[in-house]
Amino acid sequence: MSGEGTYYVPEQSKLPIFASIGLFITVYGAAGWLNGGTPTLFTVGFIMFAMVLWSWFSIVIKENLAGLNDAQLKRSYVWAMGWFIFSEVMFFAAFFGALYYMRNISLPELGGDNTTNEILWSGFKEVWPLMVTPDMAANGTSATVVGPDINMSVTTADSIFTWLPFWNTAVLLTSSFTVHFAHTALKNNNKKGFNLWLGITVALGIIFLFLQAAEYIHAYAENLKIHHGAYGTTFFMLTGFHGLHVTMGTFMLLVMWLRSVLKGHFSHEDCFGFEAASWYWHFVDVVWVGLFIFVYILG
Amino acid sequence: MAHGPAKGFSRWLYTTNHKDIGSMYLWFSFAMFLLGGVFALVIRAELFEPGLQIVEPGFFNQMTTMHGLVMVFGAVMPAFVGLANWMIPMMLGAPDMALPRMNNWSFWILPFAFAMMVSTLFMEGGGPNFGWTFYAPLSTTYAPPSVTFFIFAVHIMGASSIMGSINIIATILNMRAPGMTLMKMPLFVWTWLITAYLLIAVMPVLAGVVTMMLMDIHFGTSFFDAAGGGDPVLFQHVFWFFGHPEVYIMILPAFGIVSAIIPTFARKPLFGYSSMVYATASIAFLSFIVWAHHMFTVGLPIAGELFFMYATMLIAVPTGVKVFNWVTTMFRGSMTFETPMLFSIAFVILFTIGGFSGLMLAIAPADFQYHDTYFVVAHFHYVLVPGAIFSITAGVYYWLPKWCGNMYNETMGKVQFWLAFIGLNVTFFPMHFVGLAGMQRRVPDYNQFFADFNMISSMGAFLFGAAQLMLLYNVISTIMSGKKATDEVWEDPEGLEWTVPSPAPYHTFSTPPPIK
Repeated sequence: MSGEGTYYVPEQSKLPIFASIGLFITVYGAAGWLNGGTPTLFTVGFIMFAMVLWSWFSIVIKENLAGLNDAQLKRSYVWAMGWFIFSEVMFFAAFFGALYYMRNISLPELGGDNTTNEILWSGFKEVWPLMVTPDMAANGTSATVVGPDINMSVTTADSIFTWLPFWNTAVLLTSSFTVHFAHTALKNNNKKGFNLWLGITVALGIIFLFLQAAEYIHAYAENLKIHHGAYGTTFFMLTGFHGLHVTMGTFMLLVMWLRSVLKGHFSHEDCFGFEAASWYWHFVDVVWVGLFIFVYILG
Repeated sequence: MAHGPAKGFSRWLYTTNHKDIGSMYLWFSFAMFLLGGVFALVIRAELFEPGLQIVEPGFFNQMTTMHGLVMVFGAVMPAFVGLANWMIPMMLGAPDMALPRMNNWSFWILPFAFAMMVSTLFMEGGGPNFGWTFYAPLSTTYAPPSVTFFIFAVHIMGASSIMGSINIIATILNMRAPGMTLMKMPLFVWTWLITAYLLIAVMPVLAGVVTMMLMDIHFGTSFFDAAGGGDPVLFQHVFWFFGHPEVYIMILPAFGIVSAIIPTFARKPLFGYSSMVYATASIAFLSFIVWAHHMFTVGLPIAGELFFMYATMLIAVPTGVKVFNWVTTMFRGSMTFETPMLFSIAFVILFTIGGFSGLMLAIAPADFQYHDTYFVVAHFHYVLVPGAIFSITAGVYYWLPKWCGNMYNETMGKVQFWLAFIGLNVTFFPMHFVGLAGMQRRVPDYNQFFADFNMISSMGAFLFGAAQLMLLYNVISTIMSGKKATDEVWEDPEGLEWTVPSPAPYHTFSTPPPIK
């Protein structure tokens, strides 16, 4: 709360309408593509949308460098980023909720000693990870929804050190520390240290994504796919959305790193772009810890 | 900063001005209100008599679905956001919204989202026909192919809502004039702060549930398919975890509007300001723990039924505090009954009736009888039409002179009020009776037994529709050529918005005003 009377209200801008058109073409194209069409419209829309966002962010950066942003406007950005991350938390909450519901409510009901089990899914037993779906138990070889051949749970690992999710956890948790070291270095006016630690963080993000891709390739090779019942559904939806967010987070940090290395942006008192990206990074890290516990360890 | 609006149509496309954006939201929402109203009249025309006369049952289902979706997401929510855009910066003494470009983006997503949603009516297999609550498996296994477009329309309108809410929260927390402490803010601002919080908390959950639908439809996941270990009831849980707070998203700003209007025309300060704030916060909190009262008949365990029944009844307490405060504000006030006040008083009375039928529905064993009948339809239309729609109308009449500088036609306003008031009661009151007698909702044909009440309802609906055209006429003629309004407009109203000239200048508070 303040009122310096200098709050920057931008002039008319073409960004919002073009962003809307780009977003509209993207989703309209995506829906048409999923309904049996071609990806052309989706691709066009996505490129347009990405270009608008690119120029939007560059304009915001230029305004900041030109000194148009007073302390009050910067607080608006801080609030906005914080609430955006809260909205992301709630998005993941829906999927964690679905996992909880399946494991604690729907599967015990389907496999329980009740008429649902007796009449519809006779022979189904509730075991997690769900390798035998209710459909397989009741209908044998004529089942349409079949379970996976393998799962990624900790119980399937020979040793914790050959278990890929362990290394993924190590990589991601380390990256949360390195991004914090980068922040500390920046606050101490140590730009070299900042570039180094941020570069390491980006590298760790990319390593995580490679490991996650290896995990998916392994899963698909060994017949664990997204349509393989409740386990395939929750495993791929939770890790998939997380991976998507790590990709975005890595991209954000990479842009921050390039801005710092190539353009010399960020100082100890003006670095919110970096800070916002690092908050986002800590957020995807926390989500991973949730995933690690509920999908892999207790999975 | 430019001193006036830009010329031509590009003003509206490129604007960053909260007043321009507020006006666009309001006009868009009124257009959607008329469209959703036409869908409702198709429904009422079909139900005028028993038997099938006007539309096919499949199209009837599309009409009930689209009526609900358009009214909730296209009419009520954008109207409140439009009022927020217009009023919150003026009420706080702020130069504009905190993030003006994102503000315009939030708006411009909506016309595209609704064009996409309404276009599904013309696609092969027709538009969404599974009810506005789009329960799986009706919306997955048995849905028309256009459901994919519906899902993405929900995604982008959700993005619009989240960005709009972030903007409102940032504005309220960061843009207040010096001295405008939180507990000095007008209640409309308070209710919007809490509403925006609810929106950010639940719109992502809606995005999650439509994503689950999308995956079940196109990628063979088993969220809502028992064959793979999922459960259609999971859909209902996730949907109503969004859906119940959504209900309050559509009513909390209404509380704020009415709390601004009643003190002005009772010529007394609002009774119990701080209790209003706490009551609003309590309602918001409770909205997260009552969702399963929409699902009493799906086979919840008895402990669940009891928990959700009692939690739901608790909501009557903070709501009762509010009704008590409005009545007490009017008590021994020197009241006059201009159009905004008429709509506000009708709000208090009729919303309370809707609240009472809500209490009846909250009783789990009784709900087994009422579930999915016209009693439910009567209940939620009594809270939404005299709740959301009347409060928005009251707000438009109350602030319109400030927006355009001209006074509306009071006589026409009062006539419009009485037509709307009579129309709505004639439409929705008989629904209580046919519902209790067992008429199901969302069915195009019915037993002859219900014929008389349905005919009355249909006549009321057309009267109510006509009243809205009168509102449109009154607003347009006020903007074009009303008599000049004073700066205060009303007699000694409270709030910073009345300290600036009428019409409010394009940029209101470039420097923050002093706060008493």
